[in-house]
Amino acid sequence: MSPSARSFLLHLGVIAGLFVLCFTLSDYHQGNLARIMVLATYAIGYNVLFGYTGLLSLGHAMFFAAGMYGLGLAMQYGGMSPVPAFAVGILTAAVLSVVVGVLALRTIGVAFMIVTLMFAQSVFLIILYFGTWTRGDEGFVIPQAARQVLGMDLTDPLIRYLAALLLFSSALLITARMMQVRFGRVLIAVRENEERTQMLGYDVFRHKFLAVLISGSISGAAGAAYGLLFGYVGATFASVQYSIFPLLWVLLGGAGTTIGPLVGAVFMFYLIDYSSGFTNAYMLIAGLALVLLVLFARAGIMGEVRRRWAPWLP
Amino acid sequence: MMLLETKLLTKIYGGLTAVEAVDFSLRQGLVHALIGPNGAGKSTFVGMVSGRTPATSGEVWFDGQNISAWPAHKRMRLGMAYTFQITAIYARLSLFENIALAQGMRDQDAALDALGRVGLDERLDQLAGDLSYGHQRLLEFAMGVAQSPRLLILDEPTQGLSESEIAGFNTLIRSLAGETTILLIEHNMDVVMSLADEVTVLQQGRVLSSGTPETVSADPLVQDAYLGRETC
Ligand SMILES: Nc1ncnc2c1ncn2[C@@H]1O[C@H](COP(=O)(O)OP(=O)(O)O)[C@@H](O)[C@H]1O
Ligand SMILES: [Mg+2]
Repeated sequence: MSPSARSFLLHLGVIAGLFVLCFTLSDYHQGNLARIMVLATYAIGYNVLFGYTGLLSLGHAMFFAAGMYGLGLAMQYGGMSPVPAFAVGILTAAVLSVVVGVLALRTIGVAFMIVTLMFAQSVFLIILYFGTWTRGDEGFVIPQAARQVLGMDLTDPLIRYLAALLLFSSALLITARMMQVRFGRVLIAVRENEERTQMLGYDVFRHKFLAVLISGSISGAAGAAYGLLFGYVGATFASVQYSIFPLLWVLLGGAGTTIGPLVGAVFMFYLIDYSSGFTNAYMLIAGLALVLLVLFARAGIMGEVRRRWAPWLP
Repeated sequence: MMLLETKLLTKIYGGLTAVEAVDFSLRQGLVHALIGPNGAGKSTFVGMVSGRTPATSGEVWFDGQNISAWPAHKRMRLGMAYTFQITAIYARLSLFENIALAQGMRDQDAALDALGRVGLDERLDQLAGDLSYGHQRLLEFAMGVAQSPRLLILDEPTQGLSESEIAGFNTLIRSLAGETTILLIEHNMDVVMSLADEVTVLQQGRVLSSGTPETVSADPLVQDAYLGRETC
C-alpha cells in the first residue's frame, strides 16, 4: 500500500473511531472528548507552524482568542447567527495572522518567539482595555437560544460532540493533504534547512507567511468553535497559558505528525484531569510528564512510534 | 552570448574589502574555473552572483537581464543552481525527497536521472544524513544537476574528497560540459587545467589574471602569487 493510501486510512480510522466513541462513552467523557477535539484542532493549527515549518510561536493564544472574540462579539453585539459569526471569527484570526506574519517573520529563532509573545500580550491587554464590550477576565456567556444552527441545538451534548468532530476532521484532513502536496513538502524543507531551500529557488518568506496564515486561521477556527460550542468567551483564552498549551500538546503528541496534536491533547487533558483529583499541583504532574518525555521520547508519542515502528506515519 | 556578467562587483565586510570591483564575464556553454588562495574572495563572489550574499555595490547580469536587485530564489528560478562549499543537504530527509525538492517536484524521472548520474539511485529511502561524506557531496552535486540549470555554480565540490573520488567528480563535471555552463571554484590545479575552458585568478578580492588555462598559468603575476607556491 502506498504511504498516502496508508495515511488516508489511518486518518479515516481515527475519525471513525471518534465517531463510534460518541455513542459508547459516558456523558462525562463525551463532554471531555468534545472539548479535546476542539483543543486538538487548535494544536493542529499550531503544529502547521511549529511542527512542520519549524517556527516556534509563543503567542498562538492571540489567534485562538481572535477567533473566539470575533465570533462572540459578532453574535453578542452584531446579532449574527452562528454560521456567519463563525466566519467572522476565522476572518479576524486570518487578518491578525497577516499582520503578525508580515511583522514577526522579519525575525528568526528566539526573536521570533519574543515577538509573537509580545503580540499576544498586546492582544490580551487590548481585550482587557475594551472590557466594556469584552467583559475582560470575567468574560461573557453566549446564550443557549443563540447557539442554534439549522434547527440543531449546539448545546445538546451529542450535537456538540458531532460538531466538534466535524471541525477536527476537517482540520486533520486538510492539513494531512497539505503535507503531501508540494506546498507542505516545501514547508518541511524550510524547517530542515532554510538556506538550502532558498537556494533551490523556493520563496522561503512566502511559504513561512502562508504557514502563519494557515496556522493562525485554523487556531482561530478552533477558538470560534470553542466559544460557540461551550458558550463562553473570556480573556483567559488570550493569556500566556493558552499560548503554552498547544506547544505542550504538540510536543507530547509528536511535532510534525498529523495525529500527534490529538494524542497530545488527549494525554495532557486526562493527565491533568486525573491528577487534579488528588492534588492541586497538577501543573507539576504535567511538568513531570514533559521532563520524562524529553528524556525518553524526544520526538513525542507519535514521533517515537514513527521512529521505532512505523516510518510511514504521516 | 554572455550568460553571466558582473560589473564592478564589490563586497565590503566592515573594514575588509572581500571582493573589489570585479568585472567578469562567462560565455554560455563554457566551464570557467575561479581560483585563488584561501580568503581571496571566491566564495563571496559566487555568493553575490547567486544572491546568497548581498553585494555592497556593482551589478550582476544574467542572460541579458540586470538581476542585481533580485532575491536568491528568483535567480535560481531564472536558471542558476548553487552548491555550497560546506555541504548543505537535508540530512533528515530521504535521498528521494532531497532530489525531488531540488527538481521542483514536477518530474520524478528527471529527479531519478540526476541521482542515477552520480550512482545513488539505489538508495532512495535512505536518509541523506546517513550517507558518507563523499556521497553527500555527490548528492549535492546531483541536486544541482536536477535543477537543470543554465549556470551551475560549484564551490569547491572536491574539497575533502579522496583522490579516486576527485577523479569521479571530474568525470561527472566533464559529462555536463557543453550542456551546462559551469562556474567552478577549485583548488586542485590538475582539475582546473584539465576541465576549464577559462580561468580567473582572484587575489585579495581583485582579479589578478584571466584567460585560457595556458595564458593564465604562463602569466608571471600568477606564477609569483599563486602557482609558483604550489609547485615548490
Ligand atoms: N560573513 C562574513 N563576515 C565577515 N567577513 C567575511 C565573511 N565571509 C567572508 N569574509 C571574509 O572575506 C574574505 C573572503 O572570503 P571568502 O570569499 O570565503 O574567500 P575564499 O572563498 O576565496 O576562500 C575573507 O577574508 C573572509 O574572512
Ligand atoms: Mg571559499
